[in-house]
Amino acid sequence: MTSLRRRLIVTVLATVVLAGIALGYAALAPSAAAPAPSGVAAGSPLGSGPRLQVLTNGLLSTVTRADPGGPREVTAVRCDRAHAAAGTVACLTPAQALTATSLVVMDSALRPRTTIPLTGFPNRLRVSASGRMVAWTLFIDGHSYATTGFSTQTGVLDTRTGRTVKSLEEFAVTLDGRPYRNADVNFWGVTFTADDNRFYATLSTGGRRYLVEGDFAAGTVRTLRDNVECPSLSPDGSRIAFKAAIGADPAQGWRLSVLEVAGGRITPLAETRSVDDQPAWLDDRTVAYALQTGDGTNNTWSVPADGSGTPVLLVPGANSPAVLA
Amino acid sequence: MYLSTLGRTRSADGSRGAVGGTVLALGAVSLVTDVSAEMITAVLPLYLVIGLQFSPAAYGLIDGLYTGATVLLRLAGGHLADRISRHKAVAGAGYLLSALAKLGLLAAGTSAPLIGLAITADRAGKGLRTAPRDALITLTEPPERLGTAFGVHRTMDATGAFLGPLAAVGVLALAGGAFGPVFLASFCVALLGVLILALFVQDVRLPAPRERKPALSQWREALAPARSRLLPAACLLGLATVGDGFVFLLLQRRTDLGLGWFPLLAVGTSLAYLLLAAPLGRLADRFGRLRVMISGHACLVAVYLLLDGPLGGWPLLVLIPLLYGTFYAATDGILMAMAGAVLPPELRATGLALIQSGQALSYLVSSVLFGLAWQAWGPGPACLAAAAAAAVVLPVAVLLLRRKP
Repeated sequence: MTSLRRRLIVTVLATVVLAGIALGYAALAPSAAAPAPSGVAAGSPLGSGPRLQVLTNGLLSTVTRADPGGPREVTAVRCDRAHAAAGTVACLTPAQALTATSLVVMDSALRPRTTIPLTGFPNRLRVSASGRMVAWTLFIDGHSYATTGFSTQTGVLDTRTGRTVKSLEEFAVTLDGRPYRNADVNFWGVTFTADDNRFYATLSTGGRRYLVEGDFAAGTVRTLRDNVECPSLSPDGSRIAFKAAIGADPAQGWRLSVLEVAGGRITPLAETRSVDDQPAWLDDRTVAYALQTGDGTNNTWSVPADGSGTPVLLVPGANSPAVLA
Repeated sequence: MYLSTLGRTRSADGSRGAVGGTVLALGAVSLVTDVSAEMITAVLPLYLVIGLQFSPAAYGLIDGLYTGATVLLRLAGGHLADRISRHKAVAGAGYLLSALAKLGLLAAGTSAPLIGLAITADRAGKGLRTAPRDALITLTEPPERLGTAFGVHRTMDATGAFLGPLAAVGVLALAGGAFGPVFLASFCVALLGVLILALFVQDVRLPAPRERKPALSQWREALAPARSRLLPAACLLGLATVGDGFVFLLLQRRTDLGLGWFPLLAVGTSLAYLLLAAPLGRLADRFGRLRVMISGHACLVAVYLLLDGPLGGWPLLVLIPLLYGTFYAATDGILMAMAGAVLPPELRATGLALIQSGQALSYLVSSVLFGLAWQAWGPGPACLAAAAAAAVVLPVAVLLLRRKP
């Protein structure tokens, strides 16, 4: 081996060169956060009639129901997930590498009413049909232990009373008719019923994913059936659109399906590609959902809710669809 | 000779504090490599879920690969190092593989299989290098100073783990939140680690074996000195640990800690570990390794009891990371020091790999059992059960370790 002095010089030189490469690349690399567009609204003015709210590259946007692929009003409000109903617009702001996410509840003119700072990565977001209840799901990092690789946290805000439940894991669980408690319980994908108290959601425990029915006031949930994820209640309250893990194994993907609340009949929809989204009802006959292409582009599709027909590309380059009025 | 090295020892020259250049060089390699590794660990979940918008199922799958790859390669690394008597070369290959994996992560783009492959290669490198590196430490230091040597090494290692996330945040800030520069910086740091290993770590060349033995008999021979005492003791002590995830999760629930503060529990534990590893290692050489190890496990029992105790709030948030870090500082390196003194030099890497794997497997069992206990009885009784199990297991392990071979 060469002398200590020469080895030290080589090490110091290598350190300087390597640090130069690392820091130079970091300083010159394109930044992740694209500059926010200036101006409140861009794009073409919309015609009259019912509208859809979507996210276009993470920016809150509106299209008309009559021509969803046509002119689009794009705002500067940046969200990872958005939803809206009856004059309440909810937005989970993007989690960047150095900033946490938050829930922003706005009125129909996009004026912020409530902001709740949150920890995690935005996943699902729903406003109840009346605009009163807001429910969100985040991925929580560092919350995982021995058996599971991820963990979620689902919270609910009652905008009328201000009551906030940060995690549904506080609720008492009844599994198959018996009280149940387990550290591995995760909730995601809430949908509220018309009374703004009862809700449906997904409960995951012991490697299984259940449809649960919850009571917000009582703080309870009970399991209804197996292998139902991201439920979404139809406007008439009679059916639940959801994603069903193929062969009850999420690794094989999900089939978009509809469950009849009374009777429990399940109809797989005509969409055969794997859908990892909480579907949204456009009306009592049609559901919309986002699909991501291989290069990361989101597209919003729609498909009849009775299993017939074929999927239709509804809003290109958009996700988080919600019916505005 | 075996028993004397386990108990109280006196070093011949009396210079107890100093450790050899190889240990310091290996410590520097570990420090630099851990900065590199923890940079990735700190940003990977963010990258997969925010940067690439992976679904939880895909993220879970990749996370699973993380743990599976190491155990077999650890055994293979130990075996190979002994077989060709080139500990430095095998450890170096492991370090280099992990460094290249960082570059692979940069090149993998958005492809889930390629990202999984890069992560597996990174863990494989870690599995490959651990046993030969620990064997090198035991082969260069006199047996009576092994506690100190491992203490110094683990301190430097934990310092790297402590600095890594900070480095990652620094690079992220500089790069405006882009992830690519973090991977490249991590690669550069890892490469520096390989260079330090190549330039400053001297290999220990053992006298060539008289004849080449078949592989199976090498395993059997490595098992022989460990079988009756160290391996069962290591497995028993592994059974007493339920895992960081559970401890931190329980602490978070007990104290209602905001989730944003959650990572700080691990940082606090690392801090206690790195501050105490060296002094406890020296204490072990002076007053007996077994005594220090018993005290360490007593800290673990205290952690379990406190998790179901009357204390709450800030005192608990300070006390548990402190006790938990002390447990690590008083047991992890010390067990390797005990093993290093018992295993014959030509089988040392194989034997260390066996003991580490045995401990890891029994830890896996205990964490599953703890999860079941939590499910069946709730968190409080589960903690009491863990404390009881640790208290029962400890005397048996001590009896085993005190037994004459």
